[in-house]
Amino acid sequence: MSKIAVIGGGIIGVATAYELAKLGEDVILFEKNYFGSGSTFRCATGIRAQFTDEANIRLMKHSVERWEGLEEELGSDIVFRQTGYLFLATSEEEVEAFKANIRLQNKFGVPTRLIDMDEAREIVPILNTEPFLAGAWNPKDGKANPFKTLFAYLFRARELGVDARGHTEVIGFERAGDAITAVKFRSNGKVESVRVDAVLNAANAWAPLINEMAGLSRGLVPITAYKHQLVKTEPLEPGQVEPLVCPPSWNDAYIIQDGEDGGIICGAGIEHKARSLEDYEPTYDFLRGVLEYAVRIAPPLRYAHVVRQWAGFYAKTPDSNPAIGKLLENFYIAAGFSGHGFMMAPAVAQAMAELISKGRSRVPLDWEWYDPYRFERGELRSSAFQIG
Amino acid sequence: MSGKKIVCRCNDVTVEDVEALIDSGVTDIEELKRLLRIGMGPCQGRTCIPIVLSILARKTGRRQEEIPLPRARVPIRPVRVEVIVGGADE
Ligand SMILES: Cc1cc2nc3c(=O)[nH]c(=O)nc-3n(C[C@H](O)[C@H](O)[C@H](O)COP(=O)(O)OP(=O)(O)OC[C@H]3O[C@@H](n4cnc5c(N)ncnc54)[C@H](O)[C@@H]3O)c2cc1C
Ligand code: FES
Repeated sequence: MSKIAVIGGGIIGVATAYELAKLGEDVILFEKNYFGSGSTFRCATGIRAQFTDEANIRLMKHSVERWEGLEEELGSDIVFRQTGYLFLATSEEEVEAFKANIRLQNKFGVPTRLIDMDEAREIVPILNTEPFLAGAWNPKDGKANPFKTLFAYLFRARELGVDARGHTEVIGFERAGDAITAVKFRSNGKVESVRVDAVLNAANAWAPLINEMAGLSRGLVPITAYKHQLVKTEPLEPGQVEPLVCPPSWNDAYIIQDGEDGGIICGAGIEHKARSLEDYEPTYDFLRGVLEYAVRIAPPLRYAHVVRQWAGFYAKTPDSNPAIGKLLENFYIAAGFSGHGFMMAPAVAQAMAELISKGRSRVPLDWEWYDPYRFERGELRSSAFQIG
Repeated sequence: MSGKKIVCRCNDVTVEDVEALIDSGVTDIEELKRLLRIGMGPCQGRTCIPIVLSILARKTGRRQEEIPLPRARVPIRPVRVEVIVGGADE
């Protein structure tokens, strides 16, 4: 049994702590604020395997399979629903691109298909079908409640012996050669340290700061924090917009109905570089911009009330694919998830835990594709399709 | 009336729900908020947050003033979408 420190109490850190404990490891998990306080509790809840490259499709195919069994495995309701993702094309070229993506997805067992607007209207009764030529529809994509999912993992992790500490900030390491030997942390003003055999940096937007503490340059894994916002309406009758609906050419705008309370969550690629890593201030230009898209997608939304708006970070790498792998002898990273860390968590956590504990993993995760040293080599991947 | 004491009228959360979660170790107001959806209804917690704070203070032996309030969100009151986007095109 090794002593493993996981830094970051978001979905990636918490799920990996759980997977490590399942493999019999002795895990200590650090979260500087409350659990989920980073990007995780701000996410749009979406889960999809409709990507445009082999690595992300295969990883998400596996992740969706894990999601399907997660309620039973973790023993609590996480409001996982396979209500699909519906991408909408506005031009002939886009229809052709959708067809090519669908062929690739089908090749790896993801059952996406092209549908016409009559079928789209059946799936989303309040859809404005007029601007759209066709839809890419995968009924196996879906959504889950991020609050309940994170706590389901956390409660099970604690039951398996994980020492999960909220409001405890990692402030430094001791390093001998290429190995981290101890983690220093602060809680209630008190500084302590713990000897460790391995460390996982799962601090997402804050990951470059943790790398720096480990003696690596901040720019090695160049993650930038983009402010991404969401707006939510009052509850509508269930069934109005169950899938995530997105015309990518409209600035990646999307709408999706909260699986639990029925409010419509509205997002769009209207981004702002965050002024700091505490800049959670929502902006009016986003509110107006996102709602203009939302009512073009589903006109009756015009008569709903907005009840909430919030901001979080898309922790972005230069190619919008996460950095997953080993940085030093016993120092690992899984960070920079852009808009996909929630959906990827079950697969990435399993892969990471197996890598740390056993040196290899059964998960179909293409380590080469997500290699954290690729930026240093100037080797970018094709940009992962962005939306929710 | 079923005799249950409601804390959050918007999201139908009872005193028992809050106490049970605190007993299971969740004592952070931001975490309680998200697991129970208190403070996330149309009234934005004006009714329930003060009550939850007092339960939390009582059960954890803290003074109410020591417990930070959850972050307030805009808009303070629900606003109709058409007021924001304008009514013209349709
Ligand atoms: C508006 C929005 C919508 C999104 N929609 C979706 C979606 O639909 N589907 C999807 O899959 N993804 C979505 N995402 C992305 C998703 O939320 C993130 O990719 C995911 O939550 C990342 O999880 P994480 O655990 O890597 O990071 P985080 O949740 O950010 O966790 C990192 C944690 O590390 C902690 N930390 C930092 N420094 C330290 C330190 N020194 N010591 C201790 N702890 C530290 C932070 O406090 C933080 O809690 C969305 C994101 C946003 C902002
Ligand atoms: S009473 Fe709880 S949000 Fe309104």
